[in-house]
Amino acid sequence: MKNLIILGAGTSGTMMSNHLVSKLSNKEWKITIVDQYKTHYYQPGFLFLPFDTYTENQVKKEGKKFVPKGVNYIQKEIKQIFPETNKVELEDETLSYDILIVATGSKIAPDETDGLLGPLWQKDIFDFYTYEGALALRNKLRDWQGGKLVVHITEMPIKCPVAPLEFAFLADSYFKKKGMRDKVDITYVTPLDGAFTKPTCTKALNYLLKEKQINIETDFAVMEVDNEKKAIVDYVDREIPFDLLVTVPTNMGDEVIERSGLGDDLNFIPTHKHTLQSIAHDNIFVIGDATNVPASKAGSVAHFQAETLTDNIILYTKGYKLKEEFDGHANCFIETGNNKALLIDFNYKQEPVHGTFPFAKIGPLKLLKESVFNHWGKLAFRWIYWNMLLKGIPIPFVGRNMSFKGKIFDIKADK
Amino acid sequence: MKKVIANKEVDVNEEGYLVDFKQWDREVCECIAGECNVVMTEKHWEVVEYLQDKHLKEEPLSIRGIKKSGVINIKEFYALFPGGPLKKSTLIAGIPKPKSCI
Repeated sequence: MKNLIILGAGTSGTMMSNHLVSKLSNKEWKITIVDQYKTHYYQPGFLFLPFDTYTENQVKKEGKKFVPKGVNYIQKEIKQIFPETNKVELEDETLSYDILIVATGSKIAPDETDGLLGPLWQKDIFDFYTYEGALALRNKLRDWQGGKLVVHITEMPIKCPVAPLEFAFLADSYFKKKGMRDKVDITYVTPLDGAFTKPTCTKALNYLLKEKQINIETDFAVMEVDNEKKAIVDYVDREIPFDLLVTVPTNMGDEVIERSGLGDDLNFIPTHKHTLQSIAHDNIFVIGDATNVPASKAGSVAHFQAETLTDNIILYTKGYKLKEEFDGHANCFIETGNNKALLIDFNYKQEPVHGTFPFAKIGPLKLLKESVFNHWGKLAFRWIYWNMLLKGIPIPFVGRNMSFKGKIFDIKADK
Repeated sequence: MKKVIANKEVDVNEEGYLVDFKQWDREVCECIAGECNVVMTEKHWEVVEYLQDKHLKEEPLSIRGIKKSGVINIKEFYALFPGGPLKKSTLIAGIPKPKSCI
């Protein structure tokens, strides 16, 4: 009997357990999945928690429920991976593997920024990339009387790079609905050179910031959070004052990656961007946020990766060459407020464009344009996530590689 | 689109970034730097080489990376490429600027 071990039962790990249980012979392979936490969170829901759109129970379920029978589920802490001897040390036992899939994800590292965890943390400074942070922010927003709201990205890469922008759009709607938009000044602060960084998107979407009266500060690399002045300060002493700071701290891979010497300086594992095999070890594969591949760190990307990775694991067990197939495909709904959303579909090479999705001309979803349909799509996705995506059930008409059908290349960016 | 830089025809995108790194050379670099009001010094070249090395290894560029690079500290980086150091230095180095997904 050979052993395949999956580390992490989040979006990627759970999907892989469901894909592989039906593809690998249970006479030859024992599949084990390890995660230290009992709860599986629907992370895209963290965007909606602060605005009271979703309740706690809509974004969390018991993780074990989504791991198929036939897969050995272990809820324990992972201490260290020993790639040279093919072993994984857990809190009280050591497992051996023939194939290892690392799906340990990424998380916020607020201690990487000076002053972020100071006296204002979770009083006037919040994150919404954790369940606890999103809930604390919800409670704050319920009674907040207004002032300067600063929505801030510390540095790239981050999980779901558009979420902070969606947060700013939804905040605009939220305060309008509460009849207090005139009491709130919203500023979006980014280390990049714009809220939109791809020429097609800048051209198609810049109107959104004006329409929603969101101020923008670009090229801002935060040096520290000044708790006394209530301001974020950058390396050229630019200060942006806040009454309420909603920040996306540095995102890093899990500490177990660092302890095992497998990661880069952000604890992401160097991974072949088309096969998802680790660069350093042939029998280690990496998926989702845990990789360093230049794709978005988002569930939709992990979903497409899982299909390619499943095929590659099977090829690897039979000694065949791996498929260099994964193209960086991402397909994401972006909330723009007022019950509308955008849909973007892109990959490593192709920037988001106009068009319809998934069917040419018919749609029904529109790419890179606001529509109510897209918003429904985003809300429906929660159901799809729990009932189809995690279980590895293919989403109809949405392929692992990006399709050019229905795409319209009509955006000419300004010079 | 085509653009003539240092008497050479090169391919650039809508924002003026070189599309094909092979078309980059030191003369092209100095011309682009000139357009950004940057005069290349020894330190500028060091940073440009560091960025190009990261790009060729497909490692993401970030201010944090600069901090850990050992080549330069962040205050110096801002001083060398005033305004938006990452977007200007990558333009000058002939590599794509750091992007988000939209």
